Amino acid sequence: MSNGNMNLTLKVWRQSNSTAAGKMETYQLGGVSPDMSFLEMIDMLNEQIIRKGEDAIAFDHDCREGICGMCSMFINGEAHGPNRGVTTCQLHMRSFKDGDTIYIEPWRAEGFPVVKDLMVDRAAFDRIIQSGGFVSVNTSGRTMDANAIPIPKDDADKAFDAATCIGCGACVATCPNSSAMLFVSAKVSQFALLPQGHPERKERVTNMVKQMDEEGFGNCSNIGACEVQCPKNISIENIARMNREYFSAAVKPEN
Amino acid sequence: MGLFTSSLIKKYWMAATGLFLISFLVVHAGINAMIFFNDGGETFNEWGHFMGTNLIVRTMEIGLFLGLILHIVDGLMLYFQNRKARPIKYAYNKPSASSTWYSRSMALLGTLILIFLVIHLKDFWLKTRITGLSVEPSHVKIDGVMHENLFAEMLLVFQNPVAVVIYLLGCFSLFWHLFHGFRSAFQSLGLNHRKYASTIELAGSVFSVVISILFASMPVAMYLGWVK
Repeated sequence: MSNGNMNLTLKVWRQSNSTAAGKMETYQLGGVSPDMSFLEMIDMLNEQIIRKGEDAIAFDHDCREGICGMCSMFINGEAHGPNRGVTTCQLHMRSFKDGDTIYIEPWRAEGFPVVKDLMVDRAAFDRIIQSGGFVSVNTSGRTMDANAIPIPKDDADKAFDAATCIGCGACVATCPNSSAMLFVSAKVSQFALLPQGHPERKERVTNMVKQMDEEGFGNCSNIGACEVQCPKNISIENIARMNREYFSAAVKPEN
Repeated sequence: MGLFTSSLIKKYWMAATGLFLISFLVVHAGINAMIFFNDGGETFNEWGHFMGTNLIVRTMEIGLFLGLILHIVDGLMLYFQNRKARPIKYAYNKPSASSTWYSRSMALLGTLILIFLVIHLKDFWLKTRITGLSVEPSHVKIDGVMHENLFAEMLLVFQNPVAVVIYLLGCFSLFWHLFHGFRSAFQSLGLNHRKYASTIELAGSVFSVVISILFASMPVAMYLGWVK
């Protein structure tokens, strides 16, 4: 087209509720601007679907600026699509070309049951956090200033890198084993690296791994796909750290 | 915390038994390489005699089988759990975009190695320990002591081109299994740091290449008559 807009064939997973059987549906969408974000393209498709009087495609999204971790689409065989270090909302249609066929599916994992269409229930991650992904501090108003505790720069940087995990679940979605270890290890690491996290470090890693296993996520086989597709570039060095933390907790459970 | 119930403890077992089996490969390849002295198998047969009769070695052999069984059982448990973790597959998946085929194929490569091992044990281990060698004469005198002529048995087995091809396929599977397994074991045990990660990776690559080529060269050298 002369204005650079694209015609696309979209194959989208449609499933009316968590118990219904789903299937891939094909849609044609014209006039897609390369400047649109991927989610704006889905909005446009939904307008077309609603005009026809059909049920719009349900999908998760919130901030649309890459920090909330809500958007979660498996696009053309990759979590958050073909670009690296970005979430689906930060993926733009300029990454595709006129005439492309795009497959859009929900995260696939036993631990992430489909709610509807492209929405999955990621409460399993919340339960893992509740099992230990926190620091018990006094919040009476007399809390110590965090900067009063000296922390080596290298540790602070690594803890910060781990803490940038937005819990979107792309690691699980892309892992052939549906393993949640990149997520859990990032959450374990951000506390294990800082003095505030030390008093609870052993029960934290033990409980979080136990909860992760109970949620039905698979085992890590060090394939490394998670760190490639993570929108926040979380490294599998964190998984190695979690392995160390857990080992230390297993051989000597008390601090 | 049970010995096998936790996902991470299963990983530790996988890594520990894997590294143990790697240490066995070093000994096995080292001793077998004695055939390249090309002395009619005298050195090799002497070592074979030592390995087959020494009480410590024979005791360690039991540990080797236990380690192998643990590695297989643990691997199968991991494989089936991981399959269960994704009940519905993607309609369109592109795993090659983010990982290597061999890292995703450890169970398949392991199964190929196991099939090879059954054939390999039938060819040599079974004959030396239980049924006796098929080569005639089955024994040879070295320094006044009767030794099983394992070298002649090897020569006999590797005259068959089908056997040579099976052994080469075994080495091929072993190469890719080690190529991921070596570095993977260190990661599972928590040994991943930017200070030494590249050294482990290099050591793993070099080890996989050297050990596989060394093993593969034995049937080839015997088939082509370089060693006799």
